[in-house]
This record gives sequence, C-alpha cells and structure tokens, in this order.
Amino acid sequence: MSDTLTLDSAPSTATPAPRTAAHRRAIRQRRLNWIAVHSLGIAAALFFLLPFVFLFLTSLMSDDQSLSANLWPQHWVWSNYVNVFKVPGFTDWWKNSIEYSVLGTVLTVVSSIPPAYALAKFRFPGRRAAMMAVISMMMLPPQVIIVPMYLLWTNQLHLTGTIWPLVIPMAFGDAFSIFLLRQFLLTIPKEYLDAAKVDGCGEWTTLRRVVLPMIKPAVSAVALFQFFYCWNDFFGPQIYLAQNPNAWTVSYGLQTFHSAHHTDWNLTMAATLLVMAPVIIVFFFAQKAFIEGVTLTGVKG
Amino acid sequence: MSSTTAETGPSPTPSRARAGKSPVAPALRRKHRRELRVALAFLSPWLIGFAIFFAYPLISTVYFSFMHYDGYNPPNFVGTKNWTYILTENPYFWTAMRNTLWLVVVMVTLRVIFGLGIGTLITKIKTGAGFFRTAFYLPYLAPPVAATIGFAFLLNPGTGPVNHLLGELGLPQPGWFNDPNWSKPSLVLLALWGIGDLMVIFMAALLDVPTEQYEAASLDGAGPFQRFRYVTLPNIMPIIMFAVVTGVIQTLQYYTQAMVAGQVASGTLSGSGQNYFPGYPGGSTWTVPQLVYNLGFQSNDDIGAACVVSLVLFVLAMAFTSLLMRRRAGLMGDD
Repeated sequence: MSDTLTLDSAPSTATPAPRTAAHRRAIRQRRLNWIAVHSLGIAAALFFLLPFVFLFLTSLMSDDQSLSANLWPQHWVWSNYVNVFKVPGFTDWWKNSIEYSVLGTVLTVVSSIPPAYALAKFRFPGRRAAMMAVISMMMLPPQVIIVPMYLLWTNQLHLTGTIWPLVIPMAFGDAFSIFLLRQFLLTIPKEYLDAAKVDGCGEWTTLRRVVLPMIKPAVSAVALFQFFYCWNDFFGPQIYLAQNPNAWTVSYGLQTFHSAHHTDWNLTMAATLLVMAPVIIVFFFAQKAFIEGVTLTGVKG
Repeated sequence: MSSTTAETGPSPTPSRARAGKSPVAPALRRKHRRELRVALAFLSPWLIGFAIFFAYPLISTVYFSFMHYDGYNPPNFVGTKNWTYILTENPYFWTAMRNTLWLVVVMVTLRVIFGLGIGTLITKIKTGAGFFRTAFYLPYLAPPVAATIGFAFLLNPGTGPVNHLLGELGLPQPGWFNDPNWSKPSLVLLALWGIGDLMVIFMAALLDVPTEQYEAASLDGAGPFQRFRYVTLPNIMPIIMFAVVTGVIQTLQYYTQAMVAGQVASGTLSGSGQNYFPGYPGGSTWTVPQLVYNLGFQSNDDIGAACVVSLVLFVLAMAFTSLLMRRRAGLMGDD
C-alpha cells in the first residue's frame, strides 16, 4: 500500500502504461479499504445497537413469552408501555427524578459560573491552590465522604428521605462544572473583557453582558452533563432515599423492578427503555453542545 | 507563583516610574486588596461548598476512623483498632481490593485500546459517518442502572438472547453474571459497550494530528503500522495518558454496575435496597466502594471501619489525581 501511495504522489517520469496500472491498483486498493472500513463499522454498529433492539423486542412480549428464550414477540403487546405505569410507585419516581434533575441542573449552572469566571480570569494569590482544590474535589470518589455527610443530613438536619441532601449541595458549585466552564473561559481573549471595562462595566456586569453570551456552548454542555448526572445517580438516592420509597428516583427504583413487584422481564425492559428515553431524547436535541463538552474535558486546556 | 504574576502583570506605570516607593505602593496594595475581594465574592459559593462538602467531611472521616461509632451511641476513641481490623481481620477488604485492582487494570486497558480503535474507525468511515457516530455513541448515554439491568437480561444464562444465539451457533454458553469467573469480564463487556466518551475524545485528538506528518511519513515509505507507531501515537500520547489516569480514578469508584448486576443476577428481593449482600456470585463483584456502603450503612453500622476504607480509597484516588496534575500541566491552565 505504501508504494502505491508514493508512486501516486511522486511526479511520474515513467511510461504511461505502468502508471495506469499503478493508478488502477490504487483505485482497487481504495475500494478494498472502503469495504474493510465499512464492514468493521457495521460489525461495531451491531455490537452497540443490538442490545437496544433485544430490549425493545422483549418489552413488547407477553408475560409468558418474556420468560422464554424467544427473540421475537408472538404478539406485539404495546399495552406493556401503559401497564408499566401501574407498577406501584413508578409514576412517583418519575416526578422525583424530574424534580431532582431540573433543580440540580439549574442550581449547579447558576452557582458554578461565577467561581469558574474568577478562576479563569482573575489574578489573585492562591489561584493555583484553588484550582488544585477544584480538581481534587472533581476526582474525589463520593464514597470517601459519604459517612459524615449522611450523619450531617440525618442527625443534624433531619432531611434524609427527601431529595434535599442530593439537591442542596449543588447550590454551592459543582467541581466538574467549574472545571469545564473554566477551560472554556480560558479560550476567550482578554481584549473582550478589557473593552467592557473601558466602557465602565464592573466585573459582575462584564460577566453577565459580555461573557455569558460567549460561553453559551459550555453552559449548555454543563447543564446537560449535570442533568444526566442527576438522572443517572444511583449512589446518592441509595444513601439518602432508600428508607422512603415515595421519594425514590427512577434510576434507583428501577433495580427493584424485576424482583420486588414480581414484574416480568417484558415490563422491566419497558421500564428500562423508558428510563433511557429522556437522556437519549435530550441528547438528540443538544448533540453538538454535548460532543463539544466531552471534547473540552479531555482535549483542550 | 500566581502571586508573582499578579504583581508584575497589571502594573505598567508604577514600576517603571520608580520615583519613590511610598506614594505608589499603597495604591497598588489597595488595588490588590480590591481584586482579592472581588475574587472571593465570585468564588464564595464554591468556597462554602468546599468547606461544608469537602473539607469538613474529610476531616470528619479521619476523626471517625479512630473511633468506635455505631451512629447512635457517642463515639469513643479506640486508636488504630479500626485500621488493624480492616487490614487484617475484615473478610472482604482484600477481596474487594483485589477485584478493584483487577477492574482497574483490565477495564481501563481494554477501554483505552477499544476506544482508540473505535475512534480510529470513525475517522476512516466516509459513508454514513453521522449514523455510525451516533450508533457508537448512544450506549454511553444509557443510564448505568438501566444499562446494567439490560445486560443482566441479555446475558441471563438460561433465558437471555445472547446465550440463545451462542447455543444456535454451537458455541459455549458462559454463566456471565452468575459465574464467578465470568462476572467481572461481563462488567468489562458492559464498560466497552459504553465507550462513547473515549471515542469522542480520541476522535478529536486523531483529527488534530497534522496531516503533513502523515504525508511526510508516507513519502519516506512508512506503512500503515509505522505511520500509527511513529506519527499517530506520539501525537496523541497526552490524550492516552489523560484517558488512562481518569479511567483509573473512575474505576476506583466502580460501584453502581457491580451492585446492580449482582442484585439482578442473584434475584435478591431488594425492597429497601438494603438486603442485597454485595459480591454475588461468590464475592467476585465486591469492590472497595461497596465495602464502604456495606460497613457504614448495611451490616452493623461500623462507621469507624467504613471510614478506614473511605480513606484507603481517598489515598488511592489522590495519588492518581496528583499524577494527572503533574503529567498534564494543561489541566492546571495557562500559567
């Protein structure tokens, strides 16, 4: 392959006949490459998509059939998607999940922007230490501090069994969101901020009027990440909500589905797909912001 | 370091017009004090969060690790008893450590290799690139609990579609989440399914490699393997390092999937979520974070011992975090 490429790009001094042969060889090579790459692509796509297909097919089976090893539903029982909401608690879990995710996302975004701005654009003693503290918080496994936090929320504040132990900390800035917003803010040229200051804007006005419109992609990425985090959270609800089934979120309640209510696989799979749905729908509407955000966490900086 | 930049940075005239120190310095100092005050105001939400949700519980965890405390009766000092209990007597600690280490090594390695492979593949696909990119990315979005339950169903040894298909093809049908030898590999399979995050990061890194370098290598007669080895790899090495270190830190926290897989596969009734004893099958899915949960919240409310395990986890996570901050100066920013 390498020699066809060199022949192809090198100025040819050879006679016409071998050149066309080489040319034809290059075309055949390229066609073979295309076939190889796309066959691999299709194989990979099957690996990634077939699980969804099997879950979907099972979710439409009758109770009895979902216990068998059948792959294809005999009757398409669409009513499973209605009946799944009759499982005790399922509707409440949705309400709780939406409450947790919306409140958590709004609070995180609002409380993370000012610290991120300060860390990116202000010069003050201890800035580097503050940044190291943000990264340490970001990397801290939640299980490290869970015992004292649980004791605080239970013994002092008496809020376990409600979503508040999950939501209130998000009003005080989230380390990952601060980090991501800061990475993005670093790319904004200082001149914009200086211009605003020449016009007499204070830091707060500069942030609101000049910076905020410029960092919209990063803000949407942070909002999405946080929404997904809240929606997917399992550990938090297990610690703070387990005692009170009325306060469960879908991500926590789902694991009790198959065993606790004698629910068959068909309804369990319908519930599983329904829990995946909001995240996937939101992703399709905000794909670009999301991908930019993922890239920003790893590549820029 | 930042304090020196702060002093030399925004002071154009005073340092040059060095007429006398006294008339300039107070104004400068006032300016610095004002800057610090503004910075503190902007940082305040996070500073409060840092104190209440990081510093306080961390110190508290250290304190409790030297106490006997059941959560009800007042704690009393027991010295290093909790530490020796965890390191020498607790029947699950070393099992959990071994499993976590196994997952760190195998899962992170395979995820990075697979992510790089899928990332490379997606940069080569020309027809239907949008479809393939979405298809490869989608599983990453599936909520961990939902994805794990889905896999527990798909890999169910008796009725799952995967073993059904393997049977039709005359291939061996493993016990997956129900077999101690297969449970961790099954979790790795689940982690590979959700490769979307690494795919995107590697894709962006691969597209950033200057094309001239590939052309130059081709002119020198380098084949595809050599181009990968001598052009691609050196260019994306920082991103690989980043993926490895963040992968290690994430895997140290590995909890939800292990918990849910064990729970669904064992068929444990979990009304309040408290009844499933971690590690099914045969202790093969015990991880260190599950031990914190088990000791602190599940078994006998041994808060002191739970805090010891928390601190072990903390030391491991911070060791890798400091590696991340050192190896990638970029993480720290522009100075």
